[in-house]
Amino acid sequence: MSVSRRKILGTGLASLTGAAALLVVGMLAVILFDVVRGGIGRVSWEFLTAAPEDGMTAGGIFPAIYGTAILTLVMTVAVMPVGVLTAIYLHEYAPKASRLAAAVRSAVTNLAGVPSIVFGLFGLGFFIQFVGGGLDRAFSPPGELRYGQPALLWAALTLAVLTLPVVIVSTEEALRAVPRDLRDASLALGATKSQTLARVVLPGALPGILTGAILAVARGAGEVAPILFTGVAYFLPDLPGSPFSQFMHLGYHTYVLATQSPDVEATRPLLYATVLVLLALTFALNLVAIAIRTRTRRRAAAGH
Amino acid sequence: MRRRQLRERTIEAAITLVALTGIAAVVLIFVFVAKEAIPLFTDPEVREEVDLARMFLPQVYREGRPPGFLWQPVGSVPKYSMIPLLVGTLKVTAVAMLVAAPLGVAAAVFTSEFAPRRLKEILKPTIELLAGIPSVVLGFFALMVMASWLQAAFGFTFRLNAVVAGLGLALTVVPVVFTVSEDALAAVPRSYREASLALGATRWETAFKVVLPAAAPGVLAAVVLGFGRSIGETMIVLMASGNAAITSWSLGDSVRTLPATIAAEMGEVVFGGAHYSVLFFLGVVLFAFTFVLNALAAAFVRRFVRKVTGAAA
Repeated sequence: MSVSRRKILGTGLASLTGAAALLVVGMLAVILFDVVRGGIGRVSWEFLTAAPEDGMTAGGIFPAIYGTAILTLVMTVAVMPVGVLTAIYLHEYAPKASRLAAAVRSAVTNLAGVPSIVFGLFGLGFFIQFVGGGLDRAFSPPGELRYGQPALLWAALTLAVLTLPVVIVSTEEALRAVPRDLRDASLALGATKSQTLARVVLPGALPGILTGAILAVARGAGEVAPILFTGVAYFLPDLPGSPFSQFMHLGYHTYVLATQSPDVEATRPLLYATVLVLLALTFALNLVAIAIRTRTRRRAAAGH
Repeated sequence: MRRRQLRERTIEAAITLVALTGIAAVVLIFVFVAKEAIPLFTDPEVREEVDLARMFLPQVYREGRPPGFLWQPVGSVPKYSMIPLLVGTLKVTAVAMLVAAPLGVAAAVFTSEFAPRRLKEILKPTIELLAGIPSVVLGFFALMVMASWLQAAFGFTFRLNAVVAGLGLALTVVPVVFTVSEDALAAVPRSYREASLALGATRWETAFKVVLPAAAPGVLAAVVLGFGRSIGETMIVLMASGNAAITSWSLGDSVRTLPATIAAEMGEVVFGGAHYSVLFFLGVVLFAFTFVLNALAAAFVRRFVRKVTGAAA
């Protein structure tokens, strides 16, 4: 091949990859632009704090925001201890060629790949029917369902299982960024392994663990498929009063408004505004997580 | 001193025990989804309505008509052929992968090999931000915006069809393919690039003939993971595919996929009935698909790591 043809072909191929990257970023921009343009006019303080009215064609989305927040809060409380301790086991305790650690790792990778709708089936079969149904058989008056039905708690636990890999991966990365020297110094001063972990390693890894929590919340807040059969409701007159109530949810609200509205034109502004709120929430969380992670990575790189 | 040791042992045992949750979760998911599908094989009442043969083989639904495949679980004679759902899933996934795999890999090559450092530091998190958009929002976008554009551009008879759903899906697959491929490309040792450039190859020759082949198993793993993601994705397809269970190879027809079927129908089934068991069976099929794809991707990654570290040593 002549030199000039090589150059032309090379520039062409390189620009083609550049065009691909541009297209992906462009799509992201188009989605954001469309959602912001369609929704910004309808988002107001009243929209954020009022309940829906007139068959979802007027009013606000406060119950959906509240439901999403409570759901992810319960999920976070459930997933963080398990996720962090698993990561501690993998990074601090497991022997180097441990079979068990390899099995845990491969299970976590697989868990991350399980389709979200299968988590929904699991929540229905395990949490509602098995655990909830079992509690009913043990504690409820015969024939009455108190626990074995869709509820906030079951949906939150289902989401906790779904977000477990996110927390484990982030925490492990955070533990890896804590310099070995700090551990050695602490052990050399006579601290035990668990004391070193609690007073030296975990405080150092805190920003990374926080990133994991934020990413899990962002992921959990946006997932709809796992909660479809485990607790979400389209409209409820009251806010959820106990872990065994059903709840409203921003993502599910979006889904129903977009697909099952009898009058698309009347609900369109509300739909766009709901999407804007959901997107703003998950984006803000993601941006914070990325910012913390970039900072810790830079500091870790500087420390070595 | 002994008490201290005892305490340490206890803490270690407790932490190890908690770490088993991950394994337990995977096992429990499989067991409890499969459990609800078992009546399909054991319960005579369920088997009267449906069995595996009727789910996969062509059936004569009306006397004198040629045999066919129908998914109509609600009706006086429920029909549970999985073929329309499998064809639908395949069509949507094929569209998504044909778009997302080249796009994701090309964007990764650009980011890793051609982009200046500054641009790279912006590009990577930006594209990863796409992965942070909830799938219900992407479904909304595909349904409200993309469907209209595509109908105007291609003149589809049905506004919601395999192309709209597939392109919507591509939006979630691209970041997966991009992130994993970019990691693989970045893991190729510098010495490969330096050697290639020193031999007089240009930057693009180095990128396409040296770095990309070296990263091939990692890139392949990225594509396989993206494939698994697109098979299991629910909300986008549920919202943008039209949800009609039609057995046809035309991309302009409405389609119904496995996950969308579970999501749409589970709310209205009788607990423990035939329809209920069939939907859980679909869940088992999905779980098995993604399990195999994950194992495949993991094998590719292992090969890649061995290749790169072996060469660097």
